[in-house]
Amino acid sequence: MRTFVCRGGLLDTVTWLQALFRFVSGSARDLTPIVLVIALFQLLVLRQPLPELGSVLFGLLLVLLGLSFFVRGLDLGLFPLGESMAHAFARKGSLVWLLVFSFALGFSTTVAEPALIAIAEEASEIVAQAGGIADTEDSREGYAIGLRLTVAAAVGVALVMGVFRILMGWPIHLVIAGGYVIVVAMTAFAPKEIIGIAYDSGGVTTSTITVPLVTALGVGLASSIEGRNPVVDGFGLIAFASLTPIIFVLGYGMLR
Amino acid sequence: MIPFLWDLLETAVETLRDVLPIVSILAVFQLFVLRRPLPDPVRLLGGIACVMAGLVLFLMGLEQAVFPLGKSMAAQLTSPEVLGTVGKPDDAVIDPRGYWWVYLFAFAIGFSTTIAEPALIAVAIKAEELSGGAVGAWGLRIAVAIGVAFGISLGAYRIVIGAPLHYFIAVGYVVVVVQTLFAPKLIVPLAYDSGGVTTSTVTVPLVAALGLGLAEAIPGRSPLVDGFGLIAFASLFPMITVMTYAQASEWRAARHARARSARPPASEEDPT
Repeated sequence: MRTFVCRGGLLDTVTWLQALFRFVSGSARDLTPIVLVIALFQLLVLRQPLPELGSVLFGLLLVLLGLSFFVRGLDLGLFPLGESMAHAFARKGSLVWLLVFSFALGFSTTVAEPALIAIAEEASEIVAQAGGIADTEDSREGYAIGLRLTVAAAVGVALVMGVFRILMGWPIHLVIAGGYVIVVAMTAFAPKEIIGIAYDSGGVTTSTITVPLVTALGVGLASSIEGRNPVVDGFGLIAFASLTPIIFVLGYGMLR
Repeated sequence: MIPFLWDLLETAVETLRDVLPIVSILAVFQLFVLRRPLPDPVRLLGGIACVMAGLVLFLMGLEQAVFPLGKSMAAQLTSPEVLGTVGKPDDAVIDPRGYWWVYLFAFAIGFSTTIAEPALIAVAIKAEELSGGAVGAWGLRIAVAIGVAFGISLGAYRIVIGAPLHYFIAVGYVVVVVQTLFAPKLIVPLAYDSGGVTTSTVTVPLVAALGLGLAEAIPGRSPLVDGFGLIAFASLFPMITVMTYAQASEWRAARHARARSARPPASEEDPT
C-alpha cells in the first residue's frame, strides 16, 4: 500500500519534508477528481458561483494538509509496527492470542477512522433534528460515540470471524451469504430510521487505517498456513468488516 | 480567530481520545504479549503527533468544505432552474426523470474518485500479480469504478423516488449470491473486498452530504429515512461489476481457447 520508506527518522528533516510533500501530492490526487467534477458542473451546468467559495477553498486546504499529515504519521510509526505485529501473531501459533489481537486491531483502528468520526457526527445531528434523540450537545455526542463503538466492536468481531474462517478454510461466500440473510431478516424488525445509517456504516468503516492493517493480517495469515492461497484466503477480511457493522448497528437501533 | 483556536483545541482533545486506543493496544500487545521492545519510540511518537494533527485538520476541513460542498451541490442541482420547472407548480418537480443532472453528477463523482483511488490501484496491481495476469489491473479498476458510479446514481434515484432502501439492497444481495455461484473462485474474495476498499476517506463524507442534501431539497423526503444509503450502494455494486468482469474475461478466454484448438479448455475453472 505504501511505497515510501523513510529511513532518516525525525532528525533528517529534508527527507522528512520530501516524504511529506509526496503525501501532500498524493492527497491532492485524491481531491483532484472531486474538485474537477464539481468545477465542471458549476461552470457548465449550474453556471452560478459556488456559495462561500473562499471558505470552501480554505476548508479543502485543511483537508489536504490534514490527510497528508495523517497518512505520513501512520507511515512513520503505526503502520510498520502494526504490520510486523500482524505477521508476528499470524506466525505465533497461539490461537487465543491471535483472535484477541484480531479483535483489538479491528476495534482500535475503526475508532480512529476519520470517515467514521465524521459520519457518526453527521448522523447524530440528523437524528437530533428529526427528534430521535434530545437536541443537546451531550445527547448528540453520546449517540455519535455509541454508534462508533458499536461499529468498532462489529469490525473487531468481523476480524475474529474472518481469521477463524481463514484457519478453518471455510468458503467465504457461504459465510457472507449467511450474513446477508441475517441483515435482511433484521431489517424487517428494525426501526426504519436506523436502516439507512446501518447500511451506510458498512462502507464507512474500512478506509485509511483499517484496510492496510487488516489486509496485512489476512495475507500474513494465509501465507503462513500451508495449503492456503493468499488471494483466495487473504482477501475477504474487509468483506466481513463491511458486513458485521450493518448487523450490529441494526441491533443498536433496535435496542436503544 | 479566538473561536477558531477554541475549536482547534476542542477537536485536539477529542482526537487524542480517538487515537489512544490504537496506540495503547499496539503498545500493550508488542510489549507484553510478543515481548519485544518498541522499535524507534521517538519516531513512533512523532508519527502519533502527525496522525493527531492530521486528524484535527482533516475533520475541520470536512466541516468547513466537504459537507457544505456536497449539500450545496445537491441544493443547486435540484433548483427549479436546473430542473427546468421555473414557474410550474411544485408537484411538477416530483417527476424522477427531471433529475438527470443529479444522476449524472453522482455518476461522475463516483467514477472519477474511484478510478483515482490509491488503495484500489494497489489492490488491483496486487490482484494482477497474484492471479498471474488472469485479472487485469486496469479492467479491475474500471469495473470497480463503474460499480461505484452506477451504485451512487441508483442511490440518488432511490432518494428521488423515496423507495425503501432495503428493497434495493436485498435484491443486490441476491444478485451477488447468485453471481458468486458462477464466478471464478479466485475472484470472489477480491470482489467482496472491492466493495469496502473503494470508498475513500474524502469520498465518503462528500457522498453522504450529497445524499442528505438531496433528501433535504426534494419535497417529501426526510434526511433521516431517505438521506442515508448512498455509501451502501457504492459498496454493493462494485461486487457485482467485478464478478461480471471476471466472468466476462473467463468466458472470452474460454472462447479464445476453443477457437485456437479443437481441444476443450480443461483447466479453465478453479485455478487453485
